[in-house]
Amino acid sequence: MRGEANVRAQVLLWGAQRISAMVLALCVVVRLITIIYAVRNGLSAAEILGRTRGSFAWGGFYALFVAAVAVHAPIGVRNILAEMGWRGRGVDILMLLLGLTLAMWGWRAVWAVVA
Amino acid sequence: MAAMLKVKIWRGAEAGQFQEYEVPRLESQTVLDVVTYVQRRLDPSLAYRFACRVGVCGSCAMTVNGVSRWTCRTHVSKVAADDHLEIAPLRNLPVIRDLATDMREFFDKWAKARGQFTGSQTRKDEFAAVKPESKERKRVDAAIECIGCGVCYSSCEVVTWKPDYLGPAALSRAWTLVNDVRDVAQQERLAAVAGDAGCHACHTHLNCTERCPKGISPTAGIAGLKRAVLKATLKGEI
Repeated sequence: MRGEANVRAQVLLWGAQRISAMVLALCVVVRLITIIYAVRNGLSAAEILGRTRGSFAWGGFYALFVAAVAVHAPIGVRNILAEMGWRGRGVDILMLLLGLTLAMWGWRAVWAVVA
Repeated sequence: MAAMLKVKIWRGAEAGQFQEYEVPRLESQTVLDVVTYVQRRLDPSLAYRFACRVGVCGSCAMTVNGVSRWTCRTHVSKVAADDHLEIAPLRNLPVIRDLATDMREFFDKWAKARGQFTGSQTRKDEFAAVKPESKERKRVDAAIECIGCGVCYSSCEVVTWKPDYLGPAALSRAWTLVNDVRDVAQQERLAAVAGDAGCHACHTHLNCTERCPKGISPTAGIAGLKRAVLKATLKGEI
């Protein structure tokens, strides 16, 4: 259809959403376990920063988490909008911007607690 | 069992209203018997479709008390809560008149999903040998009994939201051909069923699987198509 992503792109978007969903499932489990573990003795900013500052492992983990969100969310929103009748190049560009915004905000937050 | 059934039947096309009739309640009565009684005894202008009356042809599907069904194989006793029936045409299809829908788009989508077999041999060649126990043949068997009644299409919410979605019947048909080892149009077929209007639009709600009178699971076939299409796309074939 004119003005819509071609079939190949549509399939790849679907694949990207599936793979990002798998990554998200894993990330959410790790994060939930970490929350439960971390709040045992109350929660303080100092404690969180003590764990994350200079940590390549936590930095890498949350950078991946953000990437998965930035891929997954816009594709899902695009699907929902398509079913509400909003389709086409304009929506696709808007969704790309949404993904980039999520990635920027997320990575900025990760940088703030790791650096 | 009450002596009379209260039956509401859709009259009109897209715009219309339910009209109420009283039909004598009988033992072993089917919903199709009820519709036929109304047309023969009460209102000869009622339009509806049927042919075989025994679940072979798939032409008598309607929406009975909110659920798409074959009326010929639905006993009134199973669906008529408090001896009330509400009979409407199938959903997701344009209504021609009363209970008869225009099924052109439904069948056009079978063609769009490349639901035609494309072989490479002639009548002079030997029969192709397909082992009954092979993985492909078993997948074909699971979906081959579809008679195109439209119950799955009428039950599918994705079709309602996305009118260009090919729908469960067409995709299930395509899946039987994807698993037909004799077919030589596989790449074109996978391209035809791919993407936002094809198999990837399915939400796996399983309405089609729940409602199919033949016990077929189009959802399973569509899941198979999603995998096959992704594989072909990653290989650069689509």
